[in-house]
Amino acid sequence: RDACAEPHQLSKGETIHTLKTESETLKAKLEEERAKLHDVELHQVAEKIEALGQFVMKTRRTLKGHGNKVLCMDWCRDKRRIVSSSQDGKVIVWDAYTTNKEHAVTMPCTWVMACAYAPSGCAVACGGLDNKCSVYPLSLDKNENLAAKKKSVAMHTNYLSSCSFTNSDMQILTSSGDGTCALWDVESGQLLQSFHGHSADVLSLNLAPSETGNTFVSGGCDKKANVWDMRSGQNVQSFETHESDINCVKYYPSGDAFATGSDDATCRLYDLRADREVAIYSKESIIFGASSVDFSLSGRLLFAGYNDYTINVWDVLKGTRVAILFGHENRVSTVRVSPDGTAFCSGSWDSTLRIWA
Amino acid sequence: MSNNNASSSSVAVVQKAVKQLRLEAKIRRINVSQAATDLKNFCLQNGHKDPLLVGVPSSDNPFRPPKSCGLL
Repeated sequence: RDACAEPHQLSKGETIHTLKTESETLKAKLEEERAKLHDVELHQVAEKIEALGQFVMKTRRTLKGHGNKVLCMDWCRDKRRIVSSSQDGKVIVWDAYTTNKEHAVTMPCTWVMACAYAPSGCAVACGGLDNKCSVYPLSLDKNENLAAKKKSVAMHTNYLSSCSFTNSDMQILTSSGDGTCALWDVESGQLLQSFHGHSADVLSLNLAPSETGNTFVSGGCDKKANVWDMRSGQNVQSFETHESDINCVKYYPSGDAFATGSDDATCRLYDLRADREVAIYSKESIIFGASSVDFSLSGRLLFAGYNDYTINVWDVLKGTRVAILFGHENRVSTVRVSPDGTAFCSGSWDSTLRIWA
Repeated sequence: MSNNNASSSSVAVVQKAVKQLRLEAKIRRINVSQAATDLKNFCLQNGHKDPLLVGVPSSDNPFRPPKSCGLL
């Protein structure tokens, strides 16, 4: 019996009804298989580890200059520069050590929800309500009009929610409100691969650490987190345990797991080899959505920004909260640890960015 | 055999879903105990070089000294 022998044709004796029944049976079997291997909780394995001490993390720099909500930011590999984008269409490149603004571009659209630094440090990519992802080479000449050299790379049929260069300046991965992700060649603007499988807006994507091969994870409004093979376009694993939109996905540094932040006010950890959720980071007192998450260098800490203006720091192994950071005066929209792990940056609807260490 | 567009496209949707589920069912999985142990070991092996976890002396952290000290 092979229901999929030929597309759009049913095998003998099959109907939509039998296929749907098979679909339900397979789903139940999947859950059963996953449950069989669920022999322990992550926090139990972590019981004997020494608890983390008190954390002293403060705002060390405040970057002021956006006129409106900061929606996204990314670190340059040089560990000091940052690109950020906002609701009013501005994209700014900062030196985080000095807080000086080095470049500023005004996009032709509002709600620039996505921005990313190129690995070389020589360009930035951004986009939002224009449904595109554009690349701006950064000029050493401060007087040069960056917008003149702008290159449109990606075209979606709805807003751009997230973008990321792959391991070089040559390719960009995008996610969109149109429910797809896509891989593009920067030079030609050609679509190299598209990724179909989400049934609603895709809000976030993250590339696996380069040692672990060519995969990435995406999360969206269908409450699913999907893992994709970049070459084939195949959805290789899928996780659906959140109760609301997944706003952010981020790989654990070893590449064997990833964390999510969701409107259901929880963050969760999914292990790829166990193929299941292995931890939930939540508290009864946390009732607002988590917008953004990132790991510290060793993966022991998870920094999560929330819509209640706070940043919670979680012990990834024990599942407990180790710190709560106040300072922003509106929703925290983005949180990213610096490339060498010495600090992390948060962006907020209060129009500022803060560097914490 | 269906011969109208609406039902043939819903057939395609369900066929695709079944195909995807079959692929996912074939994945080789390990025990959570094994996976969790590996996650724990990664943290412990790398914890000592995690600046936000262990803290670094102010002189080594470019963000900690006040900016007037000149970080050139």
